[in-house]
Amino acid sequence: MVTTTRPSEKTTHKVIGTRPIRPDGVDKVTGRAIYGADVTLPGLLIGKVLRSPFAHARIRNIDTGAAERLPGVRAVITAADLPDPDKGMADVGEASATYRDLSHNVMARDKALYQGHAVAAVAAESASIAEQALALITVDYEPLPPVLDLVEAMKDDAPLLHEDLRTNELGTLSDKPSNIAAHARFLKGDPAAGFAEADVIVERTYTTTMVHQGYIEPHASTAYWNADGKITIWTTTQAPFAIRDNVAVLLNVPVSRVKVIPTEIGGGFGGKLPPYVEPLAAVLSRKSGAPVKMTMSRTEELQASGPTSGSRTHVKIGAKRDGTIVAVEASLAYEAGAFPGSSVRFGSLCMFAPYDIPNMQLDSYDVVVNKPKVAAYRAPGSPAAMFASESALDELAERLGMDPIELRLKNSAKVGTRMANNIPFQHPVGNVKVLEAIRESDHWRSPLPESTETRKIGRGLAMGFWPNAPLKSSCFATVNPDGSVTLVEGNPDIGGTRASLAMQLAETLGIPYEKVIPQVADTETVGYNDATGGSRTTFTGGIAVYELGQDIKQQLIERARILWQLNPEDAIVYEDGTIRGPKEGQQLSFDQLAAQLFKTGGPVVGRASVSPKHVGFAFGCHVVDLAVDIETGKVEILRYTAAQDVGKAVHPSYVEGQIQGGVAQGIGWALNEEYVYDEQGRLVNASFLDYRMPTSLDLPMIETILVEEPHPPHPFGVRGVGEVPIVPPLAAVANAISHALGHRFTDLPISPRRIIETLYP
Amino acid sequence: MTKRVHVETRINGREVDFLCEPGQSLLEVLRDQLHLTGAKEGCNNGNCGACTVILDGRIVDSCLVLAPEVEGREVTTIEGLAGPEHLHPLQQQFLEHAALQCGICTPGLIMAAKGLLDQNPAPTEEEIRLWLAGNLCRCTGYDKIIRAVQAAAQQMEARV
Ligand code: FES
Ligand code: FES
Repeated sequence: MVTTTRPSEKTTHKVIGTRPIRPDGVDKVTGRAIYGADVTLPGLLIGKVLRSPFAHARIRNIDTGAAERLPGVRAVITAADLPDPDKGMADVGEASATYRDLSHNVMARDKALYQGHAVAAVAAESASIAEQALALITVDYEPLPPVLDLVEAMKDDAPLLHEDLRTNELGTLSDKPSNIAAHARFLKGDPAAGFAEADVIVERTYTTTMVHQGYIEPHASTAYWNADGKITIWTTTQAPFAIRDNVAVLLNVPVSRVKVIPTEIGGGFGGKLPPYVEPLAAVLSRKSGAPVKMTMSRTEELQASGPTSGSRTHVKIGAKRDGTIVAVEASLAYEAGAFPGSSVRFGSLCMFAPYDIPNMQLDSYDVVVNKPKVAAYRAPGSPAAMFASESALDELAERLGMDPIELRLKNSAKVGTRMANNIPFQHPVGNVKVLEAIRESDHWRSPLPESTETRKIGRGLAMGFWPNAPLKSSCFATVNPDGSVTLVEGNPDIGGTRASLAMQLAETLGIPYEKVIPQVADTETVGYNDATGGSRTTFTGGIAVYELGQDIKQQLIERARILWQLNPEDAIVYEDGTIRGPKEGQQLSFDQLAAQLFKTGGPVVGRASVSPKHVGFAFGCHVVDLAVDIETGKVEILRYTAAQDVGKAVHPSYVEGQIQGGVAQGIGWALNEEYVYDEQGRLVNASFLDYRMPTSLDLPMIETILVEEPHPPHPFGVRGVGEVPIVPPLAAVANAISHALGHRFTDLPISPRRIIETLYP
Repeated sequence: MTKRVHVETRINGREVDFLCEPGQSLLEVLRDQLHLTGAKEGCNNGNCGACTVILDGRIVDSCLVLAPEVEGREVTTIEGLAGPEHLHPLQQQFLEHAALQCGICTPGLIMAAKGLLDQNPAPTEEEIRLWLAGNLCRCTGYDKIIRAVQAAAQQMEARV
């Protein structure tokens, strides 16, 4: 019989909630950790990609002869060297794509659909030879009119990106080709009747442009296609198993022939879920017989990886004079990039999720344009949608003369409230608590500094929601004779998850954190794991290591039974790392028992495989104070506070870090970051000099308030924390600027130029 | 093929020589020839600071330095910071303060911060922010990085 303390009954944790040093820390501060581009192999070749200079062009012919003849060139490929897969759906995180689109995105076939679209690739003995070879490839393009604007793209007479693309119109396929890949709708109640009861209606259109995840490490992959047909890929990815599966389909080989070894990963935020160079490196390796490394330059990253959608959202909110919201309507159009599959439906799902609104109609449109195919980006879909909804709510509060927190509290969703997709909040959620936390914060209670003639001060507030994704995790662990436990898991550690998983296993087993030695394994060493994404690694991985811990405890109890020569019905208790028998003083510490495992049947290996059917929804509420210099248009962030329901903070420092990092990205999105295209569809700011991400000088310290409303079905009450913090900053910053200047800003980014053009039209 | 040049320099306190193409960057040589992959490439044009090293006491973006330029000079990379059994206070404080998430910016930030503390042992928050503005970090929002540098400055001060 096994008896363990139920974590939810435990008031104090020994390990969870502490702030130990991460296991991979020393390697990462000494430069020893091996990231994607750090991989090297004997006989390594360097691969480079030739990319389309046109945003939209038919490819009539590609002549690779001269490149192939250049000394030092070992292989040249085009789409003709890749199989053309069917239209099954690929796993690329919260964005979606068919295998065929994925393949055509990796290497253009017939048509180049955005500037930077890959059209050929070479492998050579050095980077400079590879560059020279690219210059020798001649491509015969027939330029076509580019489709760059959402509104234009949706028109009936717009040039078509895909002649065979038909709109999925509320579930049925229309018969006319279009750039609108899908129109979906969430409908609840009777919006028309709701609006008829409204005393006040706020209605506006909001836009955002494409922005990039901006991870500092570019994509980098090394592939070796061995003579026995086995393909090994070292790559920087959030999703080793999805990369394995996608590469297998794209190359038309069984998954058993592909092994993916994840390197350390230098940021991803969703952008390192889909394959880009992995399949190309593999095919170049097959052709050359040597390992091939490919890294993307920053320009290639910005032009041709997977940024997130530009968007256009129309919102209408109706409320009674007392602040009760009676109806909302919204219509969202998101750029999918060159192939269908934006996260627009997630956007429409999230935008009013914090609130209990009886009547809603939320329409979403997924639209292809001649820009790179979008990928997931932190809470994909939600930031742009909630920029619109939370800006409109701010305006509603203003019109009603209500405090923005009171308006939100008055309409807040509760347990039982159904989201737009009709799924109810089954468990307690933290939307009210984060609002209350901000209301009670020092920041909210502090007066704003005075505006001056040229420096206008404003405060803004907004909420954010993201549902998080549980998905699947598996892991195993071995108890070593010295009482340590080697944990083998399958999620690349993008921000401290070796630590957060080791901590949850240590807590479960009642042993010190330092005794758990976590390893991130390759796709042939550990069972299937979904991506490091969806804010799921600490959440679902935590459930997995908890189950794994139960398995180990059970096995240790049986070993103690053997040592103590007890009968099956004799009660043995495992508590806080100590195993106790029925007799007085009959007990063994974890370490003592671990040292005797070899005489009681050999090593103890525990395992777990989980696929939870529940998830802890994530809510945040942020407030920002800022100053606008009306002579330069520059916005200075003076103070920023973010409250978030984190369920249970496993390692509070890394939870705070997730919030602070998300806030920084959100502020960049609000103020400076944007994809700027010319009329030909050429990205004019494809470098970190011109694509302006926040620097240390652009931000203040970011105050965090960790609200802990436990998610009951999780053994430690954990909620995913990584994504939601990017959501509120967009509207919070826009609302603050609106208050500072007395003018509503509805288009992002609110760059100095936009401010100056608005103030001095 | 371009004629290669022979370069003699000191890296992390040791005499080193290498052959390189005249147009190759110090970053390329460090990473691809000398296998000092602690310096990272985030942009290759001086805009991210991931490749920061110290050259004759000054911080530089090694992607903007031509490899032949280091002839007769002294280069310190992240690999030269820790002793065999101890970390540099900056490395220690980055760990204590959770100042890294993915860690790709960390070597560059630590080298840049070392360049600051070497000439200003007690910088203010504003001075740290200004100095580190050439080093992009996309994960942390910089908060914990600033705190780690402040703590390292205090730790080093206490030692003197
Ligand atoms: S790689 Fe040198 S500054 Fe970015
Ligand atoms: S920790 Fe990831 S870029 Fe700084």
